[in-house]
This record gives sequence, C-alpha cells and structure tokens, in this order.
Amino acid sequence: MNDLEKKFRVKKTTKYKSQIALIIMVISIFGLFMITSPEVFLKWRIYQSFLSTVPIMGVMALGLTFVLAMGEIDLSFPSVMGMSGFIFAVTFQATNNVLLSIIASLLSGLTVGCINGVLVTCIGIPSIVATLGMQFLIRGFSNIISDGLSRTVALGGTFSYKIFAERLGVIPVQSIWFLGIAIFFYFLLLRHKFGEQALFIGDNKEAARMMGVNVIMMKIMVFMLMGAIASFAGILSCYRMRTWWPTMGEGYLMMVMAAVFVGGTSMFGGEANIEGTFIGAFIIGSLEAGIVASGLSGFWTQFVCGVLIIVSVIIHTISKKRRGT
Amino acid sequence: MDNLVEMKKIHKAYDGVVALKGIDFQIGYNEVVGILGDNGAGKSTLIKIIAGVHSFDKGEMYIKGKRINPKKHSVKTARNMGVETVYQEKALAEKQALWRNIFIGRQITNTLGFINIKKEQEETDKIMRDLMKFRGVGVGADSIIRTLSGGERQGVAISRAMYFEADPVILDEPTMALSLQEVKKVLNFIESIKEKGKSCIYISHNIANVYPVSDRFVAIDRGKVVGEFERKDISLQELSEGLIKYTEEVIQNKQEEKGKSNE
Repeated sequence: MNDLEKKFRVKKTTKYKSQIALIIMVISIFGLFMITSPEVFLKWRIYQSFLSTVPIMGVMALGLTFVLAMGEIDLSFPSVMGMSGFIFAVTFQATNNVLLSIIASLLSGLTVGCINGVLVTCIGIPSIVATLGMQFLIRGFSNIISDGLSRTVALGGTFSYKIFAERLGVIPVQSIWFLGIAIFFYFLLLRHKFGEQALFIGDNKEAARMMGVNVIMMKIMVFMLMGAIASFAGILSCYRMRTWWPTMGEGYLMMVMAAVFVGGTSMFGGEANIEGTFIGAFIIGSLEAGIVASGLSGFWTQFVCGVLIIVSVIIHTISKKRRGT
Repeated sequence: MDNLVEMKKIHKAYDGVVALKGIDFQIGYNEVVGILGDNGAGKSTLIKIIAGVHSFDKGEMYIKGKRINPKKHSVKTARNMGVETVYQEKALAEKQALWRNIFIGRQITNTLGFINIKKEQEETDKIMRDLMKFRGVGVGADSIIRTLSGGERQGVAISRAMYFEADPVILDEPTMALSLQEVKKVLNFIESIKEKGKSCIYISHNIANVYPVSDRFVAIDRGKVVGEFERKDISLQELSEGLIKYTEEVIQNKQEEKGKSNE
C-alpha cells in the first residue's frame, strides 16, 4: 500500500467519526436512563411521548441547520412559532377552515423570514442582531394582538387532527413529519442546487457571487424557509395541545441551538449535518424527562445539557482537525 | 475587428480620482498578454472594466467585435460573452468538494433542480484528466479544496474557466504567495490555455513569472500605457531593466518637479 492509499484510508474511516460519536452518545444516554429508571425507560410510553414532543423543536433545528450552513443565524424563530401559532388559531376560530388557517400561518412565517433576509442582505445588519430584534418585536406583536390571552382550538376529531396530532399505529405522526422533513432537507442541502448554493455562500460568499450565485436572493429565501418551518412548529404545537398560549415557543431558542451544535453543525458556515441535528434533537429533547425520571432534580438538566454540548463540540472539532482540514 | 478585446481611449475615474487616462489596449485571439505595473497603476481597474465589475466613463470597448455599452456591461453579461476572471482568494469554496466547485452556479440538474451528482463527478474526472492533468497527485473529484495546495487550487479555477470555454481568461496575481514549485504549476496552466487556442490576460508584479508565458507585455503607469513589447523583441533582462530605469526616471522627474515648485 503506498502513501496515497494510506491517506485515502484514513479519510474514509474518519469521515463518519462525528456520526459514530453521536450514535454512541445516544446509546449511552438512553442506556444510562434504562439503568437508572428502568420502570420508565424500558416501556414504550416514554418513547411515544418523545416522538410527539421532540419533533416540534426538531423541525426548527433542521431549519436552523440550513441557516447556519449559509453562515448566518436566526434567533427569531421561537417568536415566529408563537405568532404563527396565534394566526393559525384565530384564523381557525374565525373560519373553521383548516387549509386556510395553515396557509395564513405559513404566510406569516414566510413574511417574517423575508423581513429578516432583507434586514441582513439589503440593509447589511448582522443576522444575530437583526433576528434578535425581530425576536422581541414578534413576541411583542403577538402579545399585543392576542392581548396575552390563550386561545382554544377545537381541532379534535377533524381529519387534519389525524394528520398532525394522532398516531399511526403506535407511532405519533409528529415524528413521521420530522423524519420526512429531515429527509427532504437532507436532499435539499446535499443534492439540490438550492442547498449547494447555501453551502457555498456560507463557505466563501465572494466565490459564490463570482460564480453567478445570487447571494441576496438565496439568503432571503433561506430565512423564509426558516420562518415557514417555525410556523409549522407552531401549527404542530397548536394541534398537539389544542390550545394556543402566549408564551408558545419560549424556551426553544437554546434547546434548538443545542440540538444543532450537538449534532455537529458548526457556527462558521459552509458545513451542515442534517442527520446530526436529527439525532441531536432527540438527545436534547429527552434529557429533562430522563433526568427527572432518574430521581435527580430538574436542576441537573441544564448541567448535563451543558456537559453534552461541550463534549460533543470537542469531539466534532477534533475529528474535523484530524481529517486534515 | 480581429481582436478579442479592444479598448480605445478608455477613461475611468472613481469619485474624481482618475484611474485610467485614455488607455488603448487590445488582446488578440489565442494570445497571452502580461500586464505590468506598480500598485495603483491601473492594472486592476483595466481588467475590472473588461470583466464588467466597473463601467468606464469615456472611450470605446469591443469584446469579440461587439461594441460594449458601459451602462449595460456587468459581470453577468461579461461572463455570457466568455470573459472570466480568476481571483486567488475569491475563486473556490474551501470546505466543498472539488466537483461542486467546478459546477457551482452552472450545476447540471434535472427539471426540479436536483443535481446530477454522477454526471458532475464524471465530468470533473474528465476535466482533471484533460485540462488539469493531475496524475497521481492524490487529488480526486471528491477532494475537499482545502486539502489542495495553492497551485492546485489555481489549477482548478483555471481549468474550470477553460471547461466553460472562457475566452479570455483573466488572471489577477495568480502566483502571489505561492512557492516556486506551485508557481511552475500555475505557469503550466497558463501555457495550456494557449495550447487550447484561448487567450489570457495575466497580471503580476513578478516579471520573471509573466515573461516566459506571455506573447506580449503592456506596461501601465498612472493610468496610461507606457510601453508595449513583443516577447520576441525583448529579453527578460532588458524588460526588467527597462522597467526599473523607467521607474527611476519617473521618480527623478517628480523630484525635479517638486524642486521646481519649491523654488
């Protein structure tokens, strides 16, 4: 075997190092939970619960992965989820028309995404600042128009309820949506022109521009995609609880970012790990339940979550360095 | 009109600062022209006008016999006419695979926009075999750009331009910050542009690099053409001595002018 082959061998084995590390992490976390609280974690029920709650933050983590791949960030999605959930709820209350409500809700998310994109590209505000502002603005806006009051959404028993909130056999449908969107995003990112261009923008904006990529248009569209996916999370949440409440989405910001970073996507752009985000969402989303079931106080959740983020980011960073990159 | 690019009395000023004062420049088909000059001489402005990055204020420009309207000339229209510039830092995305870098912006897709990965990789293999001539260097279509050396990167960018039939290929300081061996690779690519019957405008500070691959040299100073030489008429030594002498004279004249105005 010559040097060249050796070089290639090394590349092939390290290529999936991040993914392998993640799977080991999942197995050890759930293994630990099974040992510490077998009465909970050896039964299907807890997994059924995860499969219906994790997808709501998970789909937003997928969207954020796309935004990060492009070298930008979006902090406004928890508020967009709340606002679009409100629009879904009131449209449904007023018209009783599911399709119309969904369209109205998605449009509101797309609009906010478009505003984010315009602020970042045309005006030139760094995305972290622009979307931070929008996060407050949108939350305030939905509180003003809702008067801070919850809304009940009488969705039970409708056909759409089956699609968005019930189970297919023993599998909660939310998890099927999550899986479907993850697969769609995977292909969109790695097999489609759209995703390739987003990755190039995140990697070297000038090179992308020189090769004819419309950077401004692409950025606006990715922010719009993020807005739409946050709306979708709001709709799923309304279906699950059959209620809209004013703080919907709050608390998701850090969890979603944690899921993305645990999954191996970097802040620097040009890289994204959709499969990692998918797994990362389940790791982050199941921590609290697992820790509480183990008999530890809820205070441990944040501590363990922090440890996981730091450890996984160290693993991802080192494995990238080893790849000679 | 038998020139690929022809510029007549081109003037350009940025916010009142004159960059080009009536430049005449032409490049023929299948010709490599080296542009020489100090920083601020107007080299970059000249090529950016051809590439459509900047417009010009006065004068005439023709590309492939077609008169260019400065108001309508853009990077996009220039590219559609085959003008492609290779900038060292702005050419490639480092974390992406080589084959993606070849086809970015011009992806081979189906009607839904999904990339035909197999086709793009096959074409990349072909490009590497026929244009880059990377043989057994450990670089494949799948290689990530940042594992490539500086010279190889330039090779990828130049080969990409050639694959898409760019004519002329404009190279802006392609050998800057490269080791001697890497410089040699880049010069080989420039020679292959000529072999393929295409033209190249090559800008560099380093006369020793420009000399062996160029057919003609154009020396620019403060927005004007101050000398044009065919390679067959001038040796490298004469050229570099001439340029140094010219610079010294300019400095001397300036000092004299200063002295006069002080008197």
